[in-house]
Amino acid sequence: MNSVWWASEDFWRKMAVWLTAVMTVVLILLTFDTVKQITAGSERVPAYSAINHRIYYRFDSSRNMQVPVIGDSAPLFGTSLSEEDAEALVSKGKLTTQAKNCMNCHTLLGNGAYYAPDLTKAWLDPAWGSEAAREQLMVNFLLDPHTNARGYGTGRKMPNLGITEEEAHGVVAFLKWMSTIDTNGFPRNFTPISQEGDR
Amino acid sequence: MNAGIQESSNLTGGQKLAVKYYTVAVVLFVAQILFGLLSGLKYLQPDFLYEVLDFNVTRMVHINAMIVWMLFGFMGAIYWLVEEESETELVGLKLGNLAFWVLTSAVTVVVLVYLFVQVGPAEMSTIWFIGEGREYIEAPRWADIGIVICLLVFMYNIAATFMKGKWSGISGVLVLDLVALAGLYVAGMYYTPNISMDQYWWWWVVHLWVEATWEVLVGCIMAWGLIKTLGANRKIVTTWLYIEVALMLGAGILGLGHHYFWIGTPEYWLGIGGFFSALEPVPLVAMVVHAVYDSGVHGSKNSNHPALAWLIAHAFGNFFGGGVWGFMHTLPQINLYTHGTQWTTSHGHLAFFGAYATINIAMFYIALQRWRGNVYMSAGLPGNGWKWKWALSLLCTGVVGMTMALLVSGYEQAFVERALGGSTWAAYFEAQRGTWYVQGMYWRQIFGYVTAAGLVLLIWDLLTIGLREKRSMVVPTDHVVVTA
Ligand code: HEC
Ligand code: HEM
Ligand code: HEM
Ligand SMILES: [Fe+2]
Repeated sequence: MNSVWWASEDFWRKMAVWLTAVMTVVLILLTFDTVKQITAGSERVPAYSAINHRIYYRFDSSRNMQVPVIGDSAPLFGTSLSEEDAEALVSKGKLTTQAKNCMNCHTLLGNGAYYAPDLTKAWLDPAWGSEAAREQLMVNFLLDPHTNARGYGTGRKMPNLGITEEEAHGVVAFLKWMSTIDTNGFPRNFTPISQEGDR
Repeated sequence: MNAGIQESSNLTGGQKLAVKYYTVAVVLFVAQILFGLLSGLKYLQPDFLYEVLDFNVTRMVHINAMIVWMLFGFMGAIYWLVEEESETELVGLKLGNLAFWVLTSAVTVVVLVYLFVQVGPAEMSTIWFIGEGREYIEAPRWADIGIVICLLVFMYNIAATFMKGKWSGISGVLVLDLVALAGLYVAGMYYTPNISMDQYWWWWVVHLWVEATWEVLVGCIMAWGLIKTLGANRKIVTTWLYIEVALMLGAGILGLGHHYFWIGTPEYWLGIGGFFSALEPVPLVAMVVHAVYDSGVHGSKNSNHPALAWLIAHAFGNFFGGGVWGFMHTLPQINLYTHGTQWTTSHGHLAFFGAYATINIAMFYIALQRWRGNVYMSAGLPGNGWKWKWALSLLCTGVVGMTMALLVSGYEQAFVERALGGSTWAAYFEAQRGTWYVQGMYWRQIFGYVTAAGLVLLIWDLLTIGLREKRSMVVPTDHVVVTA
C-alpha cells in the first residue's frame, strides 16, 4: 500500500510539524513588535495622561480614515494628573468594567456583547450634548442609569450596577483614554460630539 | 426514572470516568440552552427580570456553560478512547476521579456565584473570587488555577497511559495538542489597565482555542470515531489527520490576525489577518471530503447510525459555521462594518454548534452503545429510530434558523448603525428599532424554542436508546480497496 509522496503519511506528518512550527515562530516575532506598539505611551496607544487633554477626531486623508488627536490641555474633572495618578484612575475604571461585567452587554473596541452600544468612542458620543456638561452627565448616568435612561424607544435600560462615585470617575477616565486609541478607523464615519477647535 | 442506570461492568475504568464527564456535559448543555433563551427574551422584553437577573449575567452563564460542557465532553471523549487506543489500562484512575469531582465542584461554585453574587466592587478581590468580566473566560482567578491543575492531572493521565501502552499517530497529535490547549489558557489569566493589550492576549485564548487547538482535538476524535463506526483504514485516517493539522494550523495560527484589525494593533494585521484567515476554510473543506468519502466507500455500512449521522453533521457544520460564515466577515473591508454586530452572533452560533456540539453528541452515542452492552444501533431501530432522527432534525433546524434570523438582524445593523449612522449611541438604537432587526430577534427566539425541543428529545433518546435491544452491534470492517 505505498502511496505517492504527496499522499504519503510521512510527507504530511512533516508538513504538519513544519507548518505549525514556522507559523508559531512568525506569530511570536510579530507579537514582540505588536506588544511594543500597543504598550501605553506609544503612538497607537497613548499614555494614560492623555486624559489631561482634549481628545478629538481628524480625518487623515493619506490613511483614508479618522484618527484620534490629543489636543490642548483639558483636565478631567478639573484636575491635571501625573502619569502615575492617571494610570491609577484609568486602571480603577478598567477594573470596574471587569468587576461589573460590562463586556457581557457592551462591546469595547467592538468585542463583547451586542445588547448595548459600543463603548469605544463613548467619550466622544454626540448624545452627551455639550462638551462642558459631558463628564458630569456620564458620572450621573453610571450612578443612576435607570433615571437617566434614554433607550430611544426600545425600552432597553442599563441596570444599576452599584457603581460608586470613585468607580464612576474611573470609568469616565477609562472611556476617555480608550477613545484615544488608534483603531484603524473603527468605527467608520463616527460622528463625534461637536467640540471647539476639532476641525 | 430507571432509564439512566446501567450495567457498567462492560466499561473500562477510563470509560466509567468518561460517562461521569458526559453526564455533567449534558446537564450544562441544558443550562446553556435555558440561559440562551433567557438572554434572547430580553431583546424582546427588556423588563423581564430587570435588575434581578440582567442580560450580562444570563449571557455569561449561557456562554460559560457552553465552553465548560464542551470541554467536559472532550475530556470524556479522550478518557473514553485512551485505553483502547493505547491498549493498556489508565494509569491514574483514582487521581482522574478526584480531578473530576474537584472540577465539577468548582464549576458549581462558580455558577452559583455568577447567579447570586453577580458583580463586585472594583478591587482585585472581585477578579479573584467573583469573576474576571472578560467574555468567555469570566471564571474567577481561583477557579482558573483549579482548572489548570485539573487539566494537568488530566494530561498526565493521558500522556502517561500512552507512554505505558503504545503510541499512534492519533495519540501523538492528541497529546501535543492538549499541551498547547492548556498552555493557552494561561494567556487569559492576567490583569492590565490597557484594553488593547488585554484583548491582544484574550484572543490568544479564544481564537487559538476554537480555530486551532479545538479543531485539531476534534480532528483526532473524528479520526478515531471513523475507525470505530465505519472501520475506516487507520493509515488513511491518520494521513488525513496530518493534512488537517498542517492546513488548519498553517492558516489558523496567523488567522488570529482577523481579531487584530481594530483593537489598536498595527496596520500590518489587516493584511496578515485577512490573508491567513481567508485560508482557514480550506482544511474545513478537506474534512468534509474526508468524512463523506469515508462513509461513501464503506457504503455507509456502520455500527452506529446516530453517531455517524452526527459525525457527518459535524463535518458540514464545521464547514458552514466556521468556513462559510467565518469567511463572510473575515476580510477587513467587510469586518469594518460587521465587527461587533449580530453578524458575529450569527457566525458564533452556527460555528460552535456545527463544529463542537455535534461531535460531542456523536461521542455520547458511541459511548452509550458500549455502555448498554454493545447493542445494535444500525439501520432499523425500533420506531425507525424516530427519536434520534427528530432530535437531530430539530436541533439542526433550530440552530440554522437562529443563524439565519441573526444574519438578517446583522445585515440591518451593519447598514443602519455602522455604515449610515456612524456607530453612535443614537445610531445603535436606530438599528435596534428597525423592523428587520426586530423581526430577526423574534425569529431567533422561535428557533431557540425549536432548538430546546430538539435537546429535550435528544436527552430522552440518550436515556432510552438500546435499552430493550436484543440484537448486538454490527462490527465494522475495513473492506476498502485502496488504489494508488
Ligand atoms: C445589563 C446590561 C448592561 C450592563 C451590564 C452595562 N450596561 Fe451600559 N448600557 C446598557 C444599555 C441597555 C444602555 C443604553 C441605555 C439607554 O439608552 O438608556 C447602556 C448605556 C451605557 C452608556 C451610554 C452609551 C454610550 O454610547 O455612551 C455607557 C457609557 C455605559 N452604558 C457604560 C457602561 C459601563 C461602564 C458598564 C460596566 C460598568 C456598563 N455600561 C454595564 C446596558 C448595560
Ligand atoms: C469552528 C470554528 C469557529 C468557531 C467556534 C468560531 C466562533 C467564533 C465566535 C464565538 C466569535 C465571536 C467572538 C466574540 O464574542 O467576540 C467569532 C468571531 C469571528 N470569527 Fe469565528 N469561529 C470559528 C471559525 C472561524 C473561521 C474559520 C473564520 C474565518 C474564515 C472565522 C472568522 C471570525 C471573525 C472574522 C470573527 C470576528 C467577528 C467580529 O469582528 O465581531 N471564524 N468566531
Ligand atoms: C436556545 C437557543 C439559543 C438562544 C435563544 C441563544 C441566545 C443567545 C443570545 C441572546 C446571545 C447574546 C448575543 C448578544 O450579545 O447579543 C447568545 C450568545 C452566544 N450563544 Fe447562544 N443561544 C442559543 C443557543 C446556543 C447554542 C446551541 C450555541 C452553540 C452551541 C450558542 C452559542 C453562543 C455563542 C458562542 C454566543 C456568543 C456569540 C458572540 O459573542 O458573537 N447559543 N446566544
Ligand atoms: Fe478567529
